[in-house]
Amino acid sequence: MQVPAQVEYERAASVEHAITLLRRYGPAARVLAGGHSLIPMMKLRLVQPDVLIDINRLTSLCYLNLVDGQLRIGALTRHAQLLDSRLAGDQFAILHDAERVIADPIVRNWGTIGGSLCQADPSEDLSAAFAALKGTMIIDGPDGTREVSARAFHTGPYETVVGPAEVLTEIRLPLLDGGGSAYLKVARRAGDWPVGAAGAAVWLAGDVITEAGIGLTALGATHFAAAEAEDYLRGKPASAEHLARAGQIAAESCRPVSDQRGPADYKRHLASELTSRVLRQAVSRARAIRPGP
Amino acid sequence: MKVTVTVNGIEHARDVEPRLLLVHFLRDDLGLTGTHWGCDTSNCGACVVWLDELPVKSCTVLAVMADGRRIQTVEGLARGGRLDPVQQGFAACHGLQCGFCTPGMMLTARWLLDRDRSPTPERVREAISGQICRCTGYENIVKSILWAASHDE
Repeated sequence: MQVPAQVEYERAASVEHAITLLRRYGPAARVLAGGHSLIPMMKLRLVQPDVLIDINRLTSLCYLNLVDGQLRIGALTRHAQLLDSRLAGDQFAILHDAERVIADPIVRNWGTIGGSLCQADPSEDLSAAFAALKGTMIIDGPDGTREVSARAFHTGPYETVVGPAEVLTEIRLPLLDGGGSAYLKVARRAGDWPVGAAGAAVWLAGDVITEAGIGLTALGATHFAAAEAEDYLRGKPASAEHLARAGQIAAESCRPVSDQRGPADYKRHLASELTSRVLRQAVSRARAIRPGP
Repeated sequence: MKVTVTVNGIEHARDVEPRLLLVHFLRDDLGLTGTHWGCDTSNCGACVVWLDELPVKSCTVLAVMADGRRIQTVEGLARGGRLDPVQQGFAACHGLQCGFCTPGMMLTARWLLDRDRSPTPERVREAISGQICRCTGYENIVKSILWAASHDE
């Protein structure tokens, strides 16, 4: 029987209250959102907080809005809400591609976007998706609100820049014309963590790639991104050869490790193949939504 | 800590430890053993109950998180002595053998059919993809849910 160790429990009534509680209890407190990573880790004693600060009543953090040319996602938005959001899917197909393969429909009902990001599991899918989309994280703390690029959010496996008395409140994704995006994951069975996964976003002017974002999951990519491959693509025509070469560059720039999900050389092969496939799909989607001549 | 929940329409108040999982609260504190306790890792789905309007895996929710909320368990599926069409479907189509996964399967099925009155077999399989059955090979579970879809009022 797996049960968490003894823990105190506080329920936050607002973001400010959550920050006050986090300050009061210090680093031994943990924010409890959906709990679908935290509670299993507590059962295994991988984490043993003294106090849980439950933020599930902060429904003001459950939203998907278009504001000032950005999609804004509240940190307590459940995975299922993101997958059900036509607004998010229309703007960023990559988010729906990724959500469809995150855990299972029941877990998605209660697991949250912000919780997944703050868990910072190297195999977590949305981190790569937000890295590809060049999102911004909004973090509230005792000294006010700060913005951090999605690519500076993670400081290592299970580690983020969110301080002991801070709360991630929102993710912002810039809307740019001429864009398309996609996400693909290879997993051993339904609902499992990835062996490897890749996400891409491209923005076209005519047939030239003006900007590209490539995210890699579980493949040992720095900040979940393949920056060298993005640099290679910028300014080039979106040809099959260029997209395939970008996949190779992404594979060369990441550092997958061998584990029970597969050997490193296979994962590197996945990095190349999945990157070029999601790039092709992203380009195809960008062309499909572009108004005709 | 004092927790008050409404389970299948009946309010219950108990004093619990914050670390108590919802599945154990339902089974051990309230005696509602229809909710099954399976893998303990949110993989198998035997412990699925509804928390407010949504099915969740109750081995991965603390009882204190359910304070003030509504819970529906398999014991609440039948109404006025009449089985829910989902329950009738599982009986009619041999949707269970050992029965361990059945409560969770039926609660997810009811949720699916409330959102989609005539799901495709693929949609049914997707909906139950977070739940494990080691007896039926899923074929009869899918048939049972489709049977229920065609007999829902």
